Amino acid sequence: MKLLTIPGFWIAILAVAAAATLPWWVSGYILGLLTIAYYFGVFSMAWDLLFGFAGEVNFGPTFLIGLGAYGAGILNNRYELPIPYCLAVGTVLAVVGGLALALPALKVRGPYFGLITLVAVLLLQNMIVVFSGLTGGEIGLTVPDVISIDADTNYWLALGFMAVSGLILTAIARSPAGLILQAAGQDPVVTGALGFNVAKHKLAAFAVSAAFSGLAGGLVVFYMGTASVGTLINTSVGVQVIIAAVLGGRRTIVGAALGAVFLIAAGELLRPLGGLSTFVVSAVALLVILFVPSGLLGLGSLRRAR
Amino acid sequence: MIGLQILVDGFAISALYALGAMGFTLIFGVSGVLNLTHGALMVMAAVAAWAASALFGLGSYAGAAIGILCGLAGALVTYFAVVAPIERSRAIPREEKEIFVLTGTLLWGIMIQELVAYFFTDNPKTVLPIVEGVFEIAGVRTPRNQVFTAVICWIVIGLLWLFVNRARAGKVLLAASMNPRGVTLLGHDMGKIYVAVWAIYGLLAGTAGVLLGMFLGVSSYSVGPLTASAFSIVVLGGLGSVTGSLIAAYVVGYLETATAYLISPAYRVIPALLLLVAVMYLRPQGLLGRR
Repeated sequence: MKLLTIPGFWIAILAVAAAATLPWWVSGYILGLLTIAYYFGVFSMAWDLLFGFAGEVNFGPTFLIGLGAYGAGILNNRYELPIPYCLAVGTVLAVVGGLALALPALKVRGPYFGLITLVAVLLLQNMIVVFSGLTGGEIGLTVPDVISIDADTNYWLALGFMAVSGLILTAIARSPAGLILQAAGQDPVVTGALGFNVAKHKLAAFAVSAAFSGLAGGLVVFYMGTASVGTLINTSVGVQVIIAAVLGGRRTIVGAALGAVFLIAAGELLRPLGGLSTFVVSAVALLVILFVPSGLLGLGSLRRAR
Repeated sequence: MIGLQILVDGFAISALYALGAMGFTLIFGVSGVLNLTHGALMVMAAVAAWAASALFGLGSYAGAAIGILCGLAGALVTYFAVVAPIERSRAIPREEKEIFVLTGTLLWGIMIQELVAYFFTDNPKTVLPIVEGVFEIAGVRTPRNQVFTAVICWIVIGLLWLFVNRARAGKVLLAASMNPRGVTLLGHDMGKIYVAVWAIYGLLAGTAGVLLGMFLGVSSYSVGPLTASAFSIVVLGGLGSVTGSLIAAYVVGYLETATAYLISPAYRVIPALLLLVAVMYLRPQGLLGRR
């Protein structure tokens, strides 16, 4: 296991262990906030795999999240299947969506691909409103089952899920395949000329990113008991996922999770400001982009290796 | 009859789309910047016009002028405070400039949107129109305001066309949007050209915003859809092609209007989005794109 030699791995383990003790210290309200923040952390980490490593700007993380969430939610709402089955189907649906996104990514670059992902989100949004009989439309979808009504259980589940996802995503990013992915993101032509299969690696990256986004989306639905466009699909949600990843530091995976926790915490601390809290959070993020472009975690250790 | 109705209604909304998208595409052509503050600037201009004309009672002409100036100021601030620092930053690797500009302008747009919502609430606002009343065109009842919107849009589009094709300074801009390096070799200062393009963009976005405010009304919720529609139109027409975005604006505008009338307003944007996806798959450079 090369993972054990990564500086910061043990720090992350300690941080997760410390976070696991929180239910004995803090109120249920803060636990609820952190639970959502951890799921958001997974969204951002999955996004960072695509952007930081594959070099693909996905403006539609919520397209993948929404497919997973609504796929799982609709199954549970209509057919009352057990939660694990619903989650599995939602995840598969998200992976299919991710592969559909990956096809144009192999053909077009930069802003064009960004736009396709944006269009995918808008289409999904419209479809949800149009097929409101199935999806609950503007009002949202209520699911009969929830994972647990106990705040502590939900919190530990989210924390565990984030820790395991972070571990898997980091392992993928640091594997030889992750290196090829990075090379492909920076110069697909040369990478291909060196004999690496760029298309295969990109498709795999999209599938992995989509699987984590979709699964996390499904888990959020069964945590909250509802799915709605406003909480899971709106562009503002997607923007939050992206900001968290950029704030935490691109190409770090773990940084994305920190960024998500930071964003949710900052939003909460600024709540007394009322309508201005989003303004302040965006302003802080903009300042970070302008003055500390490498994010909170500094340049990823991969940078130093070069 | 419904065909005529679609023709008349679609014309004005398409003209508005075109006005907004043309400045957007000029900026991309000249500097390669995709400006996601677009919708926020349009809404800001409209709300400024509304505040000046309705809140402070300055009348519709003064309101419109203030709104357009607000668009101009907003665009210049966007360039100097957000875009230029990112473009100049040494800490950001070249290949990542694009995503940073996108993220930066997006954040700046959210900040403008939040400020507008904070000071003026997010209720929809209709700017005091300059003309009132209703025309009868071939048996179709049309608000005069709508005709006025279309006429002003086309006057501005015409002026822009004259400027880039006939005026010396405009020709430099057009040349810069086609080949920035060549223009630099001819001894033009790209820095000045960037500022000029952003200023023209600001006037266009401001005008489009104010007209939209008179014609349909705006709220802070319109920011996202406005940016998305400009972005789509520009890609459909071909990034950097001004004529392309004009044609694409009419395609999208009419497609949306026809869908709303013939099928249902709920489906309004879906065909346009599907068309966009098809174009991206079949002809990624857009209708008149050069790359």
